Amino acid sequence: MSRENSWWVNLWAYLELRWDLVLEDAIDHVVIVVISVALATIIGVALGVATYRTQRPRDLVLAVTGTFLTIPSLALFGIFIAVPGLGLGGRSVVVALVMYGLLPIVRNTIVGLREVDSAVVESAQGMGLGRRQRLLRVELPLAWPVILTGIRVSTLILIGIAAIGAYINGPGLGEEIFAGLANLSSVTALSDVIAGTLGIVVLAILFDLFYVGVSRITIPKGIR
Amino acid sequence: MMSNGQQSGARTNGSESKIRLENLSKTFPGQHEPAVDDLSMEIPEGEIVIFVGPSGCGKTTTMKLINRIIEPTGGRIFLDGEDVTKVNPDHLRRRIGYVIQQIGLFPHVTIADNIATVPRLLSWDKKRINDRVDELLTTVGMDPGQYRNRYPKELSGGQRQRVGVARAMSADPDVMLMDEPFGAIDPITRDRLQNEFLRLQEQIKKTIVFVTHDIDEAIKMGDRIAILGDQSRIAQFDTPERILVDPANDYVADFIGRGASLKRLSLSRVRDLELHQWPTTAESASHDDVNRLLDASDQSAVLVLDDQQRPVQWVNAEHLRRATPDRPLREIGLPADAVVQPNATLSDTLNEMLTARYSCAIVVDSDRAYQGIVDIDTINEAVRGMRLAEQGRLREEISSS
Repeated sequence: MSRENSWWVNLWAYLELRWDLVLEDAIDHVVIVVISVALATIIGVALGVATYRTQRPRDLVLAVTGTFLTIPSLALFGIFIAVPGLGLGGRSVVVALVMYGLLPIVRNTIVGLREVDSAVVESAQGMGLGRRQRLLRVELPLAWPVILTGIRVSTLILIGIAAIGAYINGPGLGEEIFAGLANLSSVTALSDVIAGTLGIVVLAILFDLFYVGVSRITIPKGIR
Repeated sequence: MMSNGQQSGARTNGSESKIRLENLSKTFPGQHEPAVDDLSMEIPEGEIVIFVGPSGCGKTTTMKLINRIIEPTGGRIFLDGEDVTKVNPDHLRRRIGYVIQQIGLFPHVTIADNIATVPRLLSWDKKRINDRVDELLTTVGMDPGQYRNRYPKELSGGQRQRVGVARAMSADPDVMLMDEPFGAIDPITRDRLQNEFLRLQEQIKKTIVFVTHDIDEAIKMGDRIAILGDQSRIAQFDTPERILVDPANDYVADFIGRGASLKRLSLSRVRDLELHQWPTTAESASHDDVNRLLDASDQSAVLVLDDQQRPVQWVNAEHLRRATPDRPLREIGLPADAVVQPNATLSDTLNEMLTARYSCAIVVDSDRAYQGIVDIDTINEAVRGMRLAEQGRLREEISSS
């Protein structure tokens, strides 16, 4: 294998040798994204449910979660190194990813709940469904398609940002990329970066397929 | 507070009012004028009471005060003599059926699940719920096998309305609140649903509060009508007959509008009239028989009935002369149109009659068998009778008071 070979031949050779490492990083990547999305969903839906009916808190929550998304990720990770209890490693990455993942979920929860036909909610109230039952049996199921879209968007954003987590020793495919960038002179530098990047693209596609399946299964037939 | 409650409890003893509203008021936050101002009213058991008035008069707000979808800011609500102004609103609402104009079926669950909502809240067992769903679908004229597992979006507007009514009746509440329930439906379907609902009410005898802005609907549906003015002030609360014959003031007269006499025709039904008879013959009769019948009668045609007594044709002497003697009666003459059933209103009957050939409407029973005929004179007498009866009743009241 000579040095004149094109990048994809190099990549192929690289993957043949190191596929187990790439796979391990990909699994770490998936794990950290899934944990972050799960936390962001719990917090985001809770915030949405708590604020969708009152304007001031609603605006506040949207403004704050919106601001999170504007902080450059590299800077945020840098700040977290100095925060006691976070520091280097996966925990900081998860906290940062949750912050980035909130906006789409909170926003879609609020929009979804506010779009539920008021006549449907009123008839539920008129039949004697209490506040909690209305929310769980009527409003959330009807808002679910919109909320699920929010979770999907959030996941796609986090798959990308999670790669930067490797900057503070976070797990995932970012490790490949940063390893490549740190040793630009090495033979495998380009292959490292490409393997990491392609891995992320493949993950994004797989996640998207997963969400197509989830929406098929969880969205009731009556509102599909 | 305690003694107050006992007092009012005592007052309702012996009275038949199902719902009593006492000095009920509602002022929305940030508004100076109350939307409902000091309303007191008794709603008798088993009757349809209509709240009617121009838009913005507070009639819907008043109705929603009863199940406390809107909480009153003053006054009290009694249901079966019990003060329900402060009880748990969700428990109160499970005792009261609620139908709104937009219906508000849950789009994400099936028709059966929609109807089963309240029974499930009340933790009925599965079999009882299933039986109840099937029973109610049948009651509102929908085949359970066909519709149970459909979703609301797969139904027409009229069918959704039926499901809405079925859902409101699911736990068999004594009281139903209906806010313009037929408002968003095309006129033909609306008319049919109104008639079906009245027929249903004859069996179920619920206490119904029904809100509409349409005085014609009020007259047709109501046992009693409350004509409401601004801030839900009662301009007149009375039977439809009395409101049409003796409007309490100019506001009510204006609201009824012109044509009060015509509207009165919606108050009576064919079954209240004495039917006239018309010469009839079996379709197997010979032409000679029919000719003899015509000679003996002062009418110019006979009505031909089939073997199940159902009207088929009008046949007169001219028809017979032009036809060969062996031609079946079914094939000559003119089709028997303008057929009405005993529950048709006089207004519908008059309408049929105006387009009929012999200026009369044929009355048939539910098996479409011939009962008799109604002509213009019968209707005229009925209207005159109604007016006299009301005036007589009024005079009696004035002299007795």
